[in-house]
Amino acid sequence: MQFFFEVLIGGLLSGIMYSLVALGFVLIFKASGVLNFAQGAMVYFAALSVVGCMEKGAPLWLALILAFAIMTLLGIATEKFVLRKMVNQTPIALFMATIGLSFFIEGLAPMLWGNEVRPLDIGIVDEPIPYILDSYNMVVSSFDLFAAGVAVALVAGLALFFQYTRVGRALRAVADDHQAALSIGIPLQHIWALVWAVAGFVALVAGMLWGSRNGVQYALTFTALKALPVLILGGFTSVPGAIVGGLIIGASEKLAEIYIPPVLAEVFGGNFGGIENWFPYVLALLFLLVRPEGLFGERHIDRV
Amino acid sequence: MFYRETGQFKTSYAADQQIFPIRQDRIGVVLLLIAAFVVMPLAASNYWFNAILIPFLIFSLAAIGLNILTGYAGQLSLGSAAFMAVGAYAAYNFQVRVEGMPILVSFMLAGLTSAGVGILFGLPSLRIKGFYLAVATLAAQFFIVWCLTKFPYLSNNSSSGVISVPGIEILGIKFDAPQERYLLVLAIVALLALVAKNMVRSTTGRAWMAVRDMDVAAEVIGIRLMRTKLLAFAISSFYCGVAGALYAFCYLGSVEPDGFSLDLSFKILFMIIVGGVGSILGSFLGAAFILLLPIFLDIFLPWLSALLQLPFDGATVSHIQLMVFGALIMFFLIVEPHGLARLWQIGKEKLRLWPFPH
Repeated sequence: MQFFFEVLIGGLLSGIMYSLVALGFVLIFKASGVLNFAQGAMVYFAALSVVGCMEKGAPLWLALILAFAIMTLLGIATEKFVLRKMVNQTPIALFMATIGLSFFIEGLAPMLWGNEVRPLDIGIVDEPIPYILDSYNMVVSSFDLFAAGVAVALVAGLALFFQYTRVGRALRAVADDHQAALSIGIPLQHIWALVWAVAGFVALVAGMLWGSRNGVQYALTFTALKALPVLILGGFTSVPGAIVGGLIIGASEKLAEIYIPPVLAEVFGGNFGGIENWFPYVLALLFLLVRPEGLFGERHIDRV
Repeated sequence: MFYRETGQFKTSYAADQQIFPIRQDRIGVVLLLIAAFVVMPLAASNYWFNAILIPFLIFSLAAIGLNILTGYAGQLSLGSAAFMAVGAYAAYNFQVRVEGMPILVSFMLAGLTSAGVGILFGLPSLRIKGFYLAVATLAAQFFIVWCLTKFPYLSNNSSSGVISVPGIEILGIKFDAPQERYLLVLAIVALLALVAKNMVRSTTGRAWMAVRDMDVAAEVIGIRLMRTKLLAFAISSFYCGVAGALYAFCYLGSVEPDGFSLDLSFKILFMIIVGGVGSILGSFLGAAFILLLPIFLDIFLPWLSALLQLPFDGATVSHIQLMVFGALIMFFLIVEPHGLARLWQIGKEKLRLWPFPH
């Protein structure tokens, strides 16, 4: 039972990391109706930029600011050269364009900063917390707790930003109805550039956490793939949904990885590791059949 | 001047409905087939067969499969490589486990197996569409590749799922040399492409397009959505499955499940975007383009680096390749969403009037 809880907590904490990536998807989808497949590539690019700047001698805080500036530039460029030209195309065409964008970024990032795997140290130790280890005999890393804290702070900050600032209100208006927002004088293109910059910021945070956990490497781009089932569970338009979805996906994939292979091995024989690679998708698929709009999704998907 | 249908009167319904209504097109297609079946086997070298022509034909077939699903029926799929894998492994199993199974029958059964799996993963499309469906097809992609790696039965107990296919023999004739394999692939691809071309002009194809353009309207005019969508999944997977079987038997000879990765799925998706979504010809053009582009860049980039005095190493070349791929996808989606096939069509329109202005 204790082992179960340990796996569960480990899963929940790694789910937070998925949530952070999914958050970037949700922001852009809410504001512009684009499912940005390049979010994973942006995570990679942001983390590489930080590492690259630090290798050039910049301290961490300066590297973070520089990386944020780069991500903002990338967002503005994407809006200007891709999205603005694709107004009125179908959402699927826009989605495919972001697949192209992700390839482009995956080529550009290592061109600028080199492609070898590099460690990223943001000063948080990744060790079990002695207190919990002693009293409950469970391994809970302080780094994971820090990541959870960052995620909570980020979501709270974004919620406040959306709710109470002028720009946040404009963002919500654009998300509700592009044309109505335009007609009351909200500059659509600025808003889009802004939301890409915010998504870049979220990518930066996710990139920092993932990068210091696993090293800054190409595999960071795969986080985007794991974030997709998170979105389906949580709903494409819901910030809390991204968090809850991430937790569910993280916990269930770790539990599945531990508990399903022995059962399969008993029936068929052999080694059945690696279930976590596909389990989130199948879970999301089954979930779709029951509740197509996700846990917190607001939009009704018209079914025929 | 040379390409106009003046004087070609259609006097029967059959003439009106034929696949190539313009005489010049018919001549062109016959010339193309002669070139492919007769000239190519005599002229091309082994490198051409192995590195360009055979993969080109196989990828064209897979692209036709995806085009039927995405281009005609409007259901975005990111799992085409997985259906190719099903085809490859099914053909291998039929060939190895059933004594004296003719290879062509194996290919056929591989396609049917793949179609069955396709229907299974197409079931969610009855409830969901768009991005949601794209994610659902990702489930197929990862799940199928995992199954092939982990269940030793599927790869005849070989380690880590690698299969080496037996040689091809039809009616006592061995197909070993590159030319012979090329001709076999060409015959199958030409036949299936013809079937596909006719299918998309038929009631079935029109039903797919109606569902793609607006599913509610399609249902109102009496198209059965469930049947139409599942049929699109089945036929698309059939094509991908046969392409996968050819990929294993006629191109690589030995494949592993990880070879049918998400990257391959994306590659096939890129082929139809560049070539033309909703066009059979586009599938061929796109396959040729995506296949030749890396070869072109491999030759062009060292030349460019010599010209600019910049040292490009292997890694840089592969990064530039990624960037060019990404940029091209965005470029085509922005500038010409109907791809190379549309450019070809525009060219034909121009040719009709040439050299006169009107």
